[in-house]
Amino acid sequence: MGFFDYFRSTHHNSAAVAKERLQIIVAHERGRHRRSPDYLPALKKELLSVVRKYVPIDQDQVKVHLDREGDYEVLELNITLPDDDSERK
Amino acid sequence: MARIIVVTSGKGGVGKTTTSASFATGLAQRGHKTVVIDFDVGLRNLDLIMGCERRVVYDFVNVINGEANLNQTLIRDKRVDNLYVLPASQTRDKDAITREGVERVLTELKQSFDYIVCDSPAGIERGALMALYFADEALVVTNPEVSSVRDSDRILGILASKSRRAEQGDEPVKEHLVLSRYAPERASRGDMLSVDDVMEILGIPLLGVIPESQSVLQSSNSGVPVVLEEDSDAGKAYGDLVARFLGEDLPHRFLTVEKKGFLKRLFGK
Repeated sequence: MGFFDYFRSTHHNSAAVAKERLQIIVAHERGRHRRSPDYLPALKKELLSVVRKYVPIDQDQVKVHLDREGDYEVLELNITLPDDDSERK
Repeated sequence: MARIIVVTSGKGGVGKTTTSASFATGLAQRGHKTVVIDFDVGLRNLDLIMGCERRVVYDFVNVINGEANLNQTLIRDKRVDNLYVLPASQTRDKDAITREGVERVLTELKQSFDYIVCDSPAGIERGALMALYFADEALVVTNPEVSSVRDSDRILGILASKSRRAEQGDEPVKEHLVLSRYAPERASRGDMLSVDDVMEILGIPLLGVIPESQSVLQSSNSGVPVVLEEDSDAGKAYGDLVARFLGEDLPHRFLTVEKKGFLKRLFGK
């Protein structure tokens, strides 16, 4: 890069932004469509029944999500317990 | 054994039909008997790009329904030997092409052709799924632009799960990236995704880069596949692409900004 280019290139590099956005969305969508293992629904169902032994929760209060980051996979479990208000009723 | 190649992209307007026309023409120019099929039922356009729109008598749906045979329907190209066009129907009935019907036609074509090029419609609906279902290889046409790259990735997912090869557990469909409407000067300025960016995101081998070129519109205006415009950059790029597909090891051209010499600057061109 030449001396004057240094000053000229102060405008933001939109291709870099595009690339970053695409990498995120594509990784996310691949996880969902392309390589999502088929045991996830069953896993979710069993988790739900285990948690229900102790805490009454709805079906949509268990969220199971598999993410791929580079070489490793992250299994994200999110179980929302009912807040105290609803328990007291 | 005939090879079936789908030209697909997900997104519309990225150059599928332009690529289908030039790819098929290039294969035929090199002596391979080639047929190019328009799968865009209801929105027939390949005939215009190939310059044979006034010679259409029967179409793909007529053949599927047994109303005409392939000999009556295939349009022989007048410029290049070994090249035939199977035009799409203009019917508005989206269910006009069936998987069984397509399979029957492809099986018959396989007996006399070396290459069968399937020009897919945009989207991921029935027509697009039909076009890719029987494919052995796929040219994924992508523009260096966010929505096109994302859609190409979706199509790669569909090729890997919904094609016959995927369903039967055969060797997967061989994927090739065709990056079209590329503007090297904009990429070098950081205003456009570069070839490397797109390759990194999609992760499939690059078959060819087609530079943004006025000759693409000019050749479609006159119904001549741009690969036949041998003086134009896009024509040369398609020629290289076909040679690479057939196994030649050619370097990619038109990836960097052309440095204009003093005389060129003075006299233009």
